[in-house]
Amino acid sequence: MSDSTAIAHSPHDAPEHGHEEHPAYLRHHFENVEQQADAAGFAMWLFLLTEVMFFGGLFTAYLIYRNWYYPAFVAASHQLDIFWGTLNTLLLISSSFTMAMGVWCAETRKKQGLVLCLVLTFILGIGFLGIKTIEYKEKIEKHHVPGFHYSLNSFLNPDTDEAAVKAGDKPLPLDMARHTEVYFSLYFAMTGMHALHMIIGIAILGFMIFRAQAGAYTAGHVTFVENFGLYWHFVDIVWIFLFPLLYLISRHANT
Amino acid sequence: MDHISPVIWQFLVKWMTNFALFPPEASKIAPQMDALLFFMVLVSLIGLTIVVLLVTSFCILYSKERHPVAVQIEGSTLLEATWTIIPLGLFLVMFVWGALIYFRVYTPPANAMNIYVVGKQWMWKAEHPGGQHEINSLHIPIGKPIQLTLISQDVFHSFSIPAFRVKREAIPGRYTSVWFEATQTGTFHLFCTQYCGTNHSQMIGDIVVLTPDDYKKWLAESTSGMSLAQNGERLFASLSCAACHNTRPDARGPSLANVYGSKLALSSGGTVLADDAYLRESILNPSQHITQGYAPIMPTYQGQVSEEGVIALVEYIKNLNSDYRIQQITNTTDMLPEGEGKAAPAASGTAGPKAAPPGTAPQGMVKP
Amino acid sequence: MSATIVSLPDQSTARIPKVNFLTKENGLLSWLLTGDHKRIAVLYLISLTFFFFIGGALAGLIRLELLTPQTDLMATDTYNKVFTMHGVIMVFFFLVPSVPATLGNFLIPLMLGAKDLALPKVNLLSWYLYVAGGILAIYTMATGGVDTGWTFTTPLSTHYVNTNVLTTGLAVFIAGFSSIFTGLNFIVTIHKMRCPGMTWFRMPLFVWAHYAASILMVLGTPVVAIAIVLVALERTIGIGVFDPTKGGDPLLFQHLFWFYSHPAVYIMILPGMGVISETISTFSRKRVFGYTAVAFSSVAIAVFGFFVWAHHMFIMGISNYAVLVFSLLTMLVAVPSAIKIFNWTFTLYKGSITFETPMLYTFGFMGLFTIGGLTGVFLGTSGTDIHLTETYFIVAHFHFVMVGGMLMAFLAGIHFWWPKMTGRMYPEKISQLAAVVTFIGFNFTFFPQFILGTLGMPRRYASYPPEFQVLNVFSTAGATILGVGYLLPILYLTWSLKYGEIAGNNPWQATGLEWQTQSPPLTENFLVTPIMDHEAYDYEWLENQKEKEVASVG
Repeated sequence: MSDSTAIAHSPHDAPEHGHEEHPAYLRHHFENVEQQADAAGFAMWLFLLTEVMFFGGLFTAYLIYRNWYYPAFVAASHQLDIFWGTLNTLLLISSSFTMAMGVWCAETRKKQGLVLCLVLTFILGIGFLGIKTIEYKEKIEKHHVPGFHYSLNSFLNPDTDEAAVKAGDKPLPLDMARHTEVYFSLYFAMTGMHALHMIIGIAILGFMIFRAQAGAYTAGHVTFVENFGLYWHFVDIVWIFLFPLLYLISRHANT
Repeated sequence: MDHISPVIWQFLVKWMTNFALFPPEASKIAPQMDALLFFMVLVSLIGLTIVVLLVTSFCILYSKERHPVAVQIEGSTLLEATWTIIPLGLFLVMFVWGALIYFRVYTPPANAMNIYVVGKQWMWKAEHPGGQHEINSLHIPIGKPIQLTLISQDVFHSFSIPAFRVKREAIPGRYTSVWFEATQTGTFHLFCTQYCGTNHSQMIGDIVVLTPDDYKKWLAESTSGMSLAQNGERLFASLSCAACHNTRPDARGPSLANVYGSKLALSSGGTVLADDAYLRESILNPSQHITQGYAPIMPTYQGQVSEEGVIALVEYIKNLNSDYRIQQITNTTDMLPEGEGKAAPAASGTAGPKAAPPGTAPQGMVKP
Repeated sequence: MSATIVSLPDQSTARIPKVNFLTKENGLLSWLLTGDHKRIAVLYLISLTFFFFIGGALAGLIRLELLTPQTDLMATDTYNKVFTMHGVIMVFFFLVPSVPATLGNFLIPLMLGAKDLALPKVNLLSWYLYVAGGILAIYTMATGGVDTGWTFTTPLSTHYVNTNVLTTGLAVFIAGFSSIFTGLNFIVTIHKMRCPGMTWFRMPLFVWAHYAASILMVLGTPVVAIAIVLVALERTIGIGVFDPTKGGDPLLFQHLFWFYSHPAVYIMILPGMGVISETISTFSRKRVFGYTAVAFSSVAIAVFGFFVWAHHMFIMGISNYAVLVFSLLTMLVAVPSAIKIFNWTFTLYKGSITFETPMLYTFGFMGLFTIGGLTGVFLGTSGTDIHLTETYFIVAHFHFVMVGGMLMAFLAGIHFWWPKMTGRMYPEKISQLAAVVTFIGFNFTFFPQFILGTLGMPRRYASYPPEFQVLNVFSTAGATILGVGYLLPILYLTWSLKYGEIAGNNPWQATGLEWQTQSPPLTENFLVTPIMDHEAYDYEWLENQKEKEVASVG
């Protein structure tokens, strides 16, 4: 049987590649821009789903251990400063707002608006990380880092500890006090993972600011900004869950 | 059979036992499990035969030479239903049958004699209630239900007796249990079947099943003099548990007599069955297991007592239930030569405060 | 067996098309920076083969040691490292990527009428991540190995070994992302880039199988990633998540680990099942019997596969009631696989069957997977699992499904699509011999292990009681034969690259869009977007195509 000439022709027959037919950013394996944007958006949502599964493992561990060691979780949670936590939450929610504004600017081709929004998001993100550093430093000073001379003192003798006094905590029995280490393990694992995602996001934001200034996102090709926006909102939502679960265990009106 | 030469017969027997597909059936549950295994093998053989026959016959009947033009067939809902429902039905039968056996293996009868086994890298330590200790072996009497309470001192191990068809993981941090009743005397393999490091394959030993008389002899020869419960009583005293756990009206802790096997109301609101695991947890993580009506002041003994120590304490507390203890001792002392081991029960019934004078704070107690 | 469906062009005048994806650009960089899914598939094929032979060599060492009851070939510690690395490399660096990363990457766009996968750069990244993970795995082996078993159970892996747990964990973590990105790419492509007329139910079953496997890759792999992170944290800074003395639970690790590792086995087998659907259809000249049932079975296996993980933990002290639930679900997940076997069998009914090499591997798959799958039911039944778990029965079970099943399907697929990928046919006689040798060697190697398991021989044992020796010797003898069976394809496939017959577009006269274009394909697959105007496996449409051609040439 001779070579089937069904669909493949010699490339010399192909029409000349005319750029006026489609924008430069259309990758050749896509039929049109809509398909490309559609595929990219779908891919980002799928990726976020994998991130949900990733954090899901940590949330499962949290669920189980909080159920088993509730008093330890209460006492340990009271060691976190609500002021910083709330401030961080406000910063992140604001950054999601500025990010959403940025996406709108990109879609409506407002270059300076986009750059401004990205810069604001960047600053708010850096602010979040800065506060996280303050919080981590405090935890290190109080020896609440598992594996590094972890101290039970704040839980055995809460009257010597400012945060415990403010929360009105009673001393924990020794075995329950030991379980606070599990809480802090999860605290560092969860907020650490979250911070890692923030750092990656901020790095990409930095890159985007330069590209936005060069006009890359305000010429009609907004996919990158939109999909990054999705990622940023996801990181924000993870924090919205982390904040009450880690900071707000059994807080009462008198604290 | 007299006309078969004895040499050939010997060879046949040797060949059959050497090429046995199953280990000897040496426990009560073994034939039950083998029955299910045999059923599964049968179903699998039939299933495989059906598939192989179908494939082979189709290949012959419909090879290209014989059947040059294929007939396009979309499918058949009837056939799909058939080969969905029949396998599902067979699998469900296996599920139910297997579940019954599973529950049987892991639900010990009330009168089982309990032996504690501690697994550690890379040996098994068995502790009999009468105080006998064994390493990498287990001597048991035939025809009596034996329960093993297992725990690991380090990593996961798994206690496996193929001849009995039982196996159970030994986990660090909590008790697991399994029971069996031997139906053949002899020596059978004991394996560790959960990879546990360098000498995992050397963590093997022998299960020695003895007649009741031989077992009594063995008990007498290997006793160290102190039963587990007596050891526990010693620890109870040296750790000053009786300072709180006594029968005085102002006692700071509940009396432990008859507590084993009872349902306790906890201060957190639930009720719990006071079994081995509960007793162990109460010693190591007491603040979560406070009996209702008592203050949460019991200190933890984590780090102050080894797993073997905990086992001794648990065994002691178990025997503070006078009925149970008498029955326990009867089980063991019936098998002992006359006169031995009968002294111990005299102190039963009351948790006598022996050592600590009142007012001495036990080690590690947190000031309320 | 002399009848064949192979239809090659006239060898005296036929040539490989001058412009194809292999010749389009030259130079190392054009390969290392490619976005072409076909080139990436070839890159994967080369690296996978490399890791397969490392894993295989380790297997050879295991079988050599087990010839005698004592540990005389190597120290016990070394043996522990050998079987651990064998497992890690075979599972994460061979089986999980095998069919998806080579055949899936190469064929899915072609089968869907697309020019490439949705995210070519992510595809290339996927390969680099795989290679990075692989290099780390080799580094681990070179610097002392790791001996925790591929399941790196805590607390052994966190506190009781001083071997390269962290580097191995990192290697697997990175390879996991490779897997996630491959799956992600497939899902997006299948949803968004089907050519006009290609409805979901006109897709080849190969694509359905990969879709189901991709769902598992995307949703399951992140959980093992977090398990590895937690093990690393516990090992380095001593967070107490799995440590009972600090209030942690070692069993939590097992739940997190098996939550991925059970779906992982379906990630491994589903693409192989996709290959079988294609080969059995082509070599019977018939549409797969019960197309819809097979398609839905693939998805059912994926969905149910997420809910059975604790059947790896039946004797670990989980509650009896949990055991009931997981055992029941395991019975349910077994049914779709049974459905597929019967559907493939009935595809042969009233077909027109020939016995070229891919078909031989297909038959091998069907027999061996049936045995492997049925023995899985032995294990999913909680009662019998007590006796059989942690013994060689488990080893035999998973080798039957993975090697007897998955690897045979992989070889079937490589042979089937070799002409499409390279433009040349492999030599038929020697490949049929290799298939038969592999089948015989496989059975000799692994069937005795079922018996060893029922007799009680534990797994991961460097030494064993002498009464198990005879069966172990059988097994090692079989492994030698099996090794020959795997070595032969390397030799003759390499040979065929230069000396194989020119294949033409469609040597098997198969349906499927990939066969309607040149071999090897152009970089952009199709110059004109195809329009799918017929059902999958439509042999009547194919007949019409041939007639139209003859009419036009004549």
